[in-house]
Amino acid sequence: MDPVLEVRDLVVEFTTEDGPLRAVDGVSFSIGRGEIVGLVGESGAGKTLTSEALLGLIRCPPGRVSGEVRFRGRNLLALEEPALARIRGKEIAMIFQNPGASLNPVFRVGDQLVEAMALHLGDGRGVLRRRAAQILTRVGIPSAATRARDYPHQFSGGMAQRVMIGMGVACAPGLLIADEPTTALDVTIQAQVLSLIRRLAREMGMAVLLVSHDLGIVSQMCHRVIVMYAGRIVEEAAIATVFRAPAHPYTRALIACLPGLDDGGRLGAIGGVMPGLKAVPRGCRFHPRCNLAEPRCAVEEPVLRPAGADQIAACHLVGTE
Amino acid sequence: MARPLDVEALPAQAPRATAATPGASTARRWWRRFARNRGAVFGLAVFLAIILMAVFAGLLAPYDPLIQGVGPANAAPTWTHWAGTDSFGRDMLSRIIYGARIALVVGIGAVLLAMVVGVALGLVAGYYGGWVDVVIMRVMDGLFAFPIIILAIAMMAVMGFGVKNVIIAVGVGFVAPFARVTRADVLAVKEEPYIEAARLAGVPGPAIIARHVLPNVLAPIIVQAALRVSGAIITESGLSFLGLGPPPPTPVWGSMIAEGRNFIVMAPHISTIPGIALMVTVVGLNLLGDGLRDALDPRLRR
Amino acid sequence: MLRFFLSRIGQTIAVLFTVSVIIFVLMRLIPGDPVLMMLGDDFTQDAYQRLRAQLGFDRSVVTQYLIWLQAILRGDLGDSYLSHERVSRLVWDAFLPTLSLVVASMLVGILVAVPSGIVAAMRKDSAWDWGSMGFAIFVYSMPSFWKGIVLIWIFSVHLRWFPAVGYVHPWQEFWDGMWRLVLPAVTLGTFFSGLVARIIRSSLLEVLDQDFIKAARARGVRQAALVYRHALANALIPVVTVIGLQFGALLGGAVLTETVFGIPGMGRLTVAAILNRDYAIVQGTILLGVFAVVVVNLAVDLTYAFLNPRIRVA
Repeated sequence: MDPVLEVRDLVVEFTTEDGPLRAVDGVSFSIGRGEIVGLVGESGAGKTLTSEALLGLIRCPPGRVSGEVRFRGRNLLALEEPALARIRGKEIAMIFQNPGASLNPVFRVGDQLVEAMALHLGDGRGVLRRRAAQILTRVGIPSAATRARDYPHQFSGGMAQRVMIGMGVACAPGLLIADEPTTALDVTIQAQVLSLIRRLAREMGMAVLLVSHDLGIVSQMCHRVIVMYAGRIVEEAAIATVFRAPAHPYTRALIACLPGLDDGGRLGAIGGVMPGLKAVPRGCRFHPRCNLAEPRCAVEEPVLRPAGADQIAACHLVGTE
Repeated sequence: MARPLDVEALPAQAPRATAATPGASTARRWWRRFARNRGAVFGLAVFLAIILMAVFAGLLAPYDPLIQGVGPANAAPTWTHWAGTDSFGRDMLSRIIYGARIALVVGIGAVLLAMVVGVALGLVAGYYGGWVDVVIMRVMDGLFAFPIIILAIAMMAVMGFGVKNVIIAVGVGFVAPFARVTRADVLAVKEEPYIEAARLAGVPGPAIIARHVLPNVLAPIIVQAALRVSGAIITESGLSFLGLGPPPPTPVWGSMIAEGRNFIVMAPHISTIPGIALMVTVVGLNLLGDGLRDALDPRLRR
Repeated sequence: MLRFFLSRIGQTIAVLFTVSVIIFVLMRLIPGDPVLMMLGDDFTQDAYQRLRAQLGFDRSVVTQYLIWLQAILRGDLGDSYLSHERVSRLVWDAFLPTLSLVVASMLVGILVAVPSGIVAAMRKDSAWDWGSMGFAIFVYSMPSFWKGIVLIWIFSVHLRWFPAVGYVHPWQEFWDGMWRLVLPAVTLGTFFSGLVARIIRSSLLEVLDQDFIKAARARGVRQAALVYRHALANALIPVVTVIGLQFGALLGGAVLTETVFGIPGMGRLTVAAILNRDYAIVQGTILLGVFAVVVVNLAVDLTYAFLNPRIRVA
């Protein structure tokens, strides 16, 4: 089956006083129809920039995006603004981390929902208003018709995120990009929002790219996981495989850090800090923090190679075990 | 068991503060940020030039600004009189150079006065709160409601004219902004843990204010001061223009502009040239103030 | 919202009260015997004693203040020391020209500042940006009275497009009145626009940086709608407050501009009154001027509360 999204050699570069810096350095992956893929990594790994680059949301200059992003056959990076604007919201939708801040504070929520649909669908205002109320109900907002006349500040974080999800799926996109959708929410609300996303994806046959630093969330939601580190992909595998047999030392460390009920002790941590863009180490980018590092790791950068069925990793040790 | 906290040994500097004990490196950082703003550097140059003009007026001015008839009346600029002469035959250039003196004295004097009074009020109101705060801020609100020039006019009516009174009149008008800015910052700093620690250790209120609060609110106050000097100079010029400033024959740019009005047709330079001096000064000071604000408080930068 | 409304009104009353005290104190500090000054040439020992008692000069300061306040609230601002005309009449007659000048200046200022600020923000760091912001600083720094003189020199003396002095109520003779207001309104208005343009620029830039703009773009909203609908709706709200607050500064500036252009407004009246030591008029103009400023500030605050949904709706 043709993938919905195919990313090839995506590079996001910024011109700074210290020269050009690559925040995303050659990322390639694909997402199949109806697949929920998790993009995982620490803050600064480049995952948010990757997701924003897909929709052309990065300000260029000072940024520069290169590579190929094929969506339903077309390269999004080669499109001009008007064409991109037609795709945004209709075929690819995106929701962000801070739902309260994602809505215009001076417009009513219902009006913003109607606007989102009016941009892409040809129906009249009355029809759209009714549909907006239906969408709000579908995402779990009670008294939808009344709530549609409220302003964003009158919604709690969880409710606001539901509204954003509603806006995202309003035009039945083929792909929903969710950038840390639950990070700013209470833990109890997190589960509700995530299950909402999962349900809608299943009902609509929609693919989802879930960006998160939280492997725990990813484990509940995703079919497949991509792990990023310092601008590169270091591992990609089916969800069960990743947890059963993580191939890259970084992935292993991330999983070890997940708090478990029977840990009884301290939270795990990975020593050291992810390198900033200016101080990328030679060889494997993770080697200064890796407890399995060999001399080779400081010199030669590993490429992604198969580590098992349906699993690839960028580590010199892969394939030798 | 814990030892009693040695408050005097606490650094007077919060993580967020930069002004308490600026080391050489912090000062250099400010300077670099400031210097990158070309407008601000120009403003600084103008400011220094005006100061030089004011201080060395005696040396720089080619003629005595008060003596009439050193040249023909209403003469346009020539080589002997670079800025021409006014209707009394006085040399315009000398009068403009001496005019810088009054402008600076009033501008800086008024702002200093406003700063001292306003900051003190703001510190007290912000730190002690309660009804002291309410009373002080209500009075400030009242003062603030007066357009500066109207307040100054009212005060001149009470006090009479003259340089000293102009300084006081204009200064009073600027007290309210200083008080407000200081109070706002004090309210924020008041919540910092080291203030609480000092209070618990028994350091008396005024000492806390002087030693711990004041250094941390200094930066925005300095920015306010820089921004207000130009306003003070404009207000003073306005007063002089209306005839409410230092009495003639004192060379003041505002009254020079007023004198020149009657001769606008045949001798426009009498009004125009002091106006240019005034404008350059104000533009320079505004740019300087903007530059200082951007350098000291990058949060406000756009 | 109602609570906000009531608290602001309460605050306004407090400020008006403080202002009245300040003015009263200032008037009392003026050297000389006010009763003598009020009687002027009509001085007789009898009249003097009577007026003194009437104004409460033989009682405490507080009583004097209350008597004074009562009169003010009744609209009785006293009589001019010199001409013995009703101060309230004189001041009101002078207020109207000043008001029309201030309103015209605000219009000019807004017409110039809004496009200028928007363009500067949209083309940040370009020649447009530096140019219009530079122009804004330039125009804001020019003392208004000097600017007026220069404009008269260029447009009245040389080009003869506009009359230099003279004023006509626009509501009596529309075109003549408006034409005569052009130069003064440009003088005062450009000062105002210099300030407002910079604020619009920074407000717009700040709003454009916010998450909801990015989210709207991710929904497919086009650039034009993003700026002129989504961003501007947010950016202009605080600007409204600034514009209103500048009313006081404009009133102050009007004092000077009127003198330059010979407009028979409050500025001219006040200055003449001070030079003539007619303090009754000075008190009257200051009272009305400050009262106007406070009322406008209140209106601005209420408008802001209405425009900002966070305050308007719980």
